[in-house]
Amino acid sequence: MSFSEQFIVHEHDVLVIGAGGAGLRAAIEASAAGLKVGVICKSLLGKAHTVMAEGGMAAAMGNVDDRDNWEVHFADTMRGGQYLNNPIMVEHHAKESPARVLELESWGAVFDRTKEGKILQRNFGGHRYPRLAHVGDRTGLELIRTLQDHGIHKGMEVFMEMTVVSLLTTGGKISGVLGYDRERGRMRIWKAKAVILATGGIGKSFRITSNSWEGTGDGHALAYQAGAELMDMEFVQFHPTGMVWPPSVRGILVTEGVRGEGGVLRNSEGKRFMFDDIPDAYKNQVAADEEEGWRYVCGDKNANRPPELLTRDHVARCINREIKAGRGSPHGGVYLDIGWIKEKLPNAADHIKRKLPSMYHQFKQLAGVDITQERMEVGPTTHYVMGGVAVDGDTQMSCVPGLFAAGEVTAGLHGANRLGGNSLSDLIVFGKLAGEHAAKYAKNNAAVEVDQAQVMAHTNAIMQPFERTTGENPYVIQHELQNTMQDLVGIVRTETEMQQALVKLDEYKARMKNVSVIGHREYNPGWHTAIDLPCMLVVSESITRAALERKESRGAQFRDDYPDKSAECATFNLVAKKAADGSMQVTRRPIVSMRADLKAVIEKMK
Amino acid sequence: MSTPTTQSKPVDESRNVQFRIWRGNKDGGEFVNYTVNVTEGMVLLDCVHRIQAEQAPDLACRWNCKAGKCGSCSAEINGKPSLMCMTRMDTLPPDKVVTVEPMRSFPSIRDLVTDVSWNFRVKKTIKPFKPRKPDNADGSWTMFQQDIDRVQEFRKCIECFLCQDVCHVIRDHHKEDEFIGPRFLMYTAALEMHPLDTEDRVGDLKNRDGIGYCNITKCCTKVCPEHIGITDNAIIPMKERVVDQFYDPVTRLFRMFKGK
Repeated sequence: MSFSEQFIVHEHDVLVIGAGGAGLRAAIEASAAGLKVGVICKSLLGKAHTVMAEGGMAAAMGNVDDRDNWEVHFADTMRGGQYLNNPIMVEHHAKESPARVLELESWGAVFDRTKEGKILQRNFGGHRYPRLAHVGDRTGLELIRTLQDHGIHKGMEVFMEMTVVSLLTTGGKISGVLGYDRERGRMRIWKAKAVILATGGIGKSFRITSNSWEGTGDGHALAYQAGAELMDMEFVQFHPTGMVWPPSVRGILVTEGVRGEGGVLRNSEGKRFMFDDIPDAYKNQVAADEEEGWRYVCGDKNANRPPELLTRDHVARCINREIKAGRGSPHGGVYLDIGWIKEKLPNAADHIKRKLPSMYHQFKQLAGVDITQERMEVGPTTHYVMGGVAVDGDTQMSCVPGLFAAGEVTAGLHGANRLGGNSLSDLIVFGKLAGEHAAKYAKNNAAVEVDQAQVMAHTNAIMQPFERTTGENPYVIQHELQNTMQDLVGIVRTETEMQQALVKLDEYKARMKNVSVIGHREYNPGWHTAIDLPCMLVVSESITRAALERKESRGAQFRDDYPDKSAECATFNLVAKKAADGSMQVTRRPIVSMRADLKAVIEKMK
Repeated sequence: MSTPTTQSKPVDESRNVQFRIWRGNKDGGEFVNYTVNVTEGMVLLDCVHRIQAEQAPDLACRWNCKAGKCGSCSAEINGKPSLMCMTRMDTLPPDKVVTVEPMRSFPSIRDLVTDVSWNFRVKKTIKPFKPRKPDNADGSWTMFQQDIDRVQEFRKCIECFLCQDVCHVIRDHHKEDEFIGPRFLMYTAALEMHPLDTEDRVGDLKNRDGIGYCNITKCCTKVCPEHIGITDNAIIPMKERVVDQFYDPVTRLFRMFKGK
């Protein structure tokens, strides 16, 4: 078969990979610049993992507390990220998110309202004031549906249920991408002047995760293989509250909104253990007792937050400690209790159902638990990766000319730990920036010719599992990899265990070359898993190598053998890059220095 | 005082359950039998995944969130359109074979995966949101919670298309060219009832979208996993608007004089 018969070829100015919040926002922006835009998504349009975001999007609009402004949001985000964040991105985010939220309203989003008829904002961990614009506990659905329903009228071409297997480069510049459609398994080439990665996260590299099958780190791996740098990969966020029972729902997210609405954490002795351990950076921001914490939840401006609303890294570790100390719940979690607010509110059950409808629904239907009357059992779950493709803070372009990134696949905004609610605003702020700058790039640069030899090499590689008849089942390797990462590179890390993990990862790399799949190319999940494996391995290796290199505990990284922060480690980010010999090199890069005026903001907010 | 816990429900012994799963494509197919060991708390999607991982790696099904939020894993379980991720095994009759089929109103792609692209095409034909000018200098609008409650109900829709699957106008009469189905009648209602929207879609509902085909059997409402009052809260009010605009005698007289 000739080259042109073997491949379906598409051509775009800007091609977006991923149709979650960041991808759709980027595609809308690039379309608005009058360019030919394509969007490729692994699932149907509107199903991306953004729909799972529950609590809200952080934007300092000051609708509920007028003391809020971009400076407070800037300082909160830097503090939450333990100052490893790129301050330029944090500044963009804090300044631009209110306008991006209003823009969603102008596109049809319907946010919950304040009594004055403004967009309502709720409390969340690490945010000094109520800051999260939300729709009950289904904010992500509102975001994705708004962008989808607006975007489909803007001329973008959407390719659903297609997977990208490689970025194509010629002379180091982006020339397009290679992929296949899941329906028929046909190979396709998308030629493009600029490519935006908006592929989301990596949670599937761990056994317990809130992520769907899509979270296999495709964008991270595609960028890495194309010569881009992965930064901050050691920082994986374990969300403190995932479901733990029954086993089939283990890991599914329980929104931080439960705690924002007054939910408290207790151990098996009934104790609110979060009061026992308050980090120094938050000492003067935490309620002195339970009564003050409740007043904060009710909107008392003079009250400090309850300790359940500390940052996620800290809350997850405290929960982990209680479980390990034998004070956990029967199924290996702790208790999250929202039903107790009936002592304070006359119509508590209705209030909970109205504020947290999908949580009510989820527990009722999947666990047989009525959260208005019974406690939930929760435990940490792999949720989000702060690390990702290193980009320019203003343009979102990586070190590969023509390759941009936005959203979870990108590093920089969140530093060592992300604040809840900063993810949805990240998507719309940086989705827009990436779309805008990719469009500029596409206008200023001619298309680069696709390298056919490269295309053939990648195509042959992914077809190999069909040619083997006696190889291993890809699901088995995937399963073992998830166990390795969960058990050896999880929430508490040590040198010894991570060295063991590296040995295992090497073993999987070898075994991966010998997987076989049955059936044919049409909608074959076994084959798709075989293609996901190399991506998951790049992600896992970069997490492990970076976590080994960072010999301290900071943000989401907790090292049992280095339990404290080190001043030296505060000075660098870690960058993983593919070396000429194909091995992964991890190097230190000085953190982006902060402008004097931004330093002054930090000082002022201390 | 903290809330009591009653989560330690009696532990169900694991049991073997027989499944009949439809396997095939647009050219035809057949039911294939599988046996799965089912343990406490498992949902039907877990069983399908177990079959994929252990017995049939090429068994095709769609899924994403596994928590009833994305609407990907729609299928017909023992004949009832449902989400596989929200169907707990202990809610199905014990000791009976469980039948799993794809949504039957849509063309087959493979196994449990169907071609739902018609839905995406239909949505594109509906006139988009068109807001009035902002109320405030900062570009914002003033809206009150009581004004948006009913729209928010419709916006809970996860686009699982189970309502489209069950609707007899589509399922039995195949009026896809003349009828947009409950999902998009409700989508239109959400736009029409949006406090900021200034567009008029009532004429389209009558003339192009086939709202008259709906005879309010409420099958769509019954299968909605989000428990949205599709018929009562969305479709009936839209039918009333059509009546008001096109069949009300006073309005008709008025239109006659205006020559519309």
